[in-house]
Amino acid sequence: MAVLLNASPRVRNTFYGVVFALPWLIGICAFWIYPTLASAYYSFTEFNAVQTPRWVGLRNYVELFTDDPEFIQAIWNTLYFASVSIVLAILFAFGLAMLLNARVHFQTVYRTVYFLPTLVPEVALALVWVYLFTPITGLVNLPFDWLGLRGPCWLTCPQWSIPTLILLALWIIGQQIILYLAGLQDVPQELYDASEVDGANFWHKLWNVTIPMMTPVIFFHLVTSVIGAMQFFAIPYVMTGGTGFPAGTTMFYSIYLYKNAFHYFSMGYASAMAWLLFLITLAITLVIFRSARLWVYYAGGEAK
Amino acid sequence: MRPRKLVWQVVREGLMHVALVPAGLVFLLPFFWMLSTSLKPDIQLYAYPPIWIPSPPNWLNYPNATTYITFWVYLRNTVTIAAGATIGALISCSLVAYSLARIPWPGRNALFIFTVATLMLPFQVTMIPLFIVFKNLGWVGDFRPLIVPHFFGGALYIFLLRQFFMTIPMELSEAARIDGSSEIRIYASIILPLAKPALATVAIFEVIARWRDYLGPLIYLKDQSTYTLSLGLYEYSSQYGREWGLLMAASVMMTLPIVLLFFFLQKVFVQGIALTGIKG
Repeated sequence: MAVLLNASPRVRNTFYGVVFALPWLIGICAFWIYPTLASAYYSFTEFNAVQTPRWVGLRNYVELFTDDPEFIQAIWNTLYFASVSIVLAILFAFGLAMLLNARVHFQTVYRTVYFLPTLVPEVALALVWVYLFTPITGLVNLPFDWLGLRGPCWLTCPQWSIPTLILLALWIIGQQIILYLAGLQDVPQELYDASEVDGANFWHKLWNVTIPMMTPVIFFHLVTSVIGAMQFFAIPYVMTGGTGFPAGTTMFYSIYLYKNAFHYFSMGYASAMAWLLFLITLAITLVIFRSARLWVYYAGGEAK
Repeated sequence: MRPRKLVWQVVREGLMHVALVPAGLVFLLPFFWMLSTSLKPDIQLYAYPPIWIPSPPNWLNYPNATTYITFWVYLRNTVTIAAGATIGALISCSLVAYSLARIPWPGRNALFIFTVATLMLPFQVTMIPLFIVFKNLGWVGDFRPLIVPHFFGGALYIFLLRQFFMTIPMELSEAARIDGSSEIRIYASIILPLAKPALATVAIFEVIARWRDYLGPLIYLKDQSTYTLSLGLYEYSSQYGREWGLLMAASVMMTLPIVLLFFFLQKVFVQGIALTGIKG
């Protein structure tokens, strides 16, 4: 340390900068760079976690696309779930935040209530949903009874299982509501005042002020939820034990990956799936980022 | 205010509540049903139309839920993991954030970009090699794989703390440096005390994340004596199906600490969520 007393500020700063960042520098190497490279390597091997990996070239990737209908189904299930649930989550979270932002009484009470489901541990939430959505005897069939109809078969039949899961995903948008609400409160009042002077009505203000000012929040929500939805795991896994019941419709990408790795110990095959998941997520995110300049408005003028 | 305008305002707010109240009831439903089911005797569980409020409430579900499975063991395991991981995250992430926000060194922008980039990498990519590493170390089956990595930083919390540290005036550090304070002293006695709200946010987020975690324990915990609550909830079933009353009683007990934490620290929560999203 004494050496540093005479060192130039630049050397001194570099020394301390590295020392303070050291845990993360080690962490990046041990928990990010090494595992990422290792899984890329495993993806070209046959590996059962015990014997040494055996190089098989592209075989895992070829097999995934040409000889594994369960994998193809998992991709479609995941994309279907992700696209519909994300669009609906944006609409609902934005809409509810708009209502909350309209100077109503009990705003914090509502906000708390809307946030509550996100506090329930996923396992407990998944199980209580199974119970609520039991066909015929589950509570959610009541409104159908009142109308003299029969409730759908919810999670137990192929045509309803993913729509039901999408519906369930809308229960846990509390964090997004808070994000939108915080964003709405940052929109300068002058903009509304100015447009009112110009004779704008509610829809004009929504379309020309609120939505443009909120596009950065929508953008953030979109990117994070794409990453999240592609990794959808705990809720469907708890509900079905990872069986994909009914008829493979709840077999999501991450569940199939987990099963290959930890049930069948096909670590090479699962690593190939993990890398494909990474590439798919990356491709979707890049498209969203590229499109941002067309629809995301940054008040500061320049995108960061 | 003119009376007509006042009437219009009352009507307008009334209409808002007409939309907000049903939404609130829907959001409350899973929580309410958990609570209601946890107090039902067995014969009311499958009654249809369902019984909203069980009478008389069957409080015995709660003590029974703690003996049907080894509830207290699972609770202790969950607390141990959550506490260990949170301490690790607080120490490591605050040090790294200090380096990124308060020390001007040549590599820090590159490191920051790399940090944010790790957020894009799906957990599944690193999951398998890390499992192999921990297996070779002989750590699979105990808590170490679920705690130790948190002592080496995590992107989200580093990002969050960095954003907060940047808002503290640099003059404070410069004055202390001129007085001959070391960096570690500035970190410990100036920055950390000022950053208590941000540290609280990190602590709460991490405690809740570990409390709820399912995939981590599922991969690494093999022996029943090491299970956490989220794995244990699965055990409320017998040959006749799920023991819904007991399961919901246990779920309520598992959820309650988080809800209480939320109610007492609501402000910290809301600011923390806003901080991760907006101030990019």
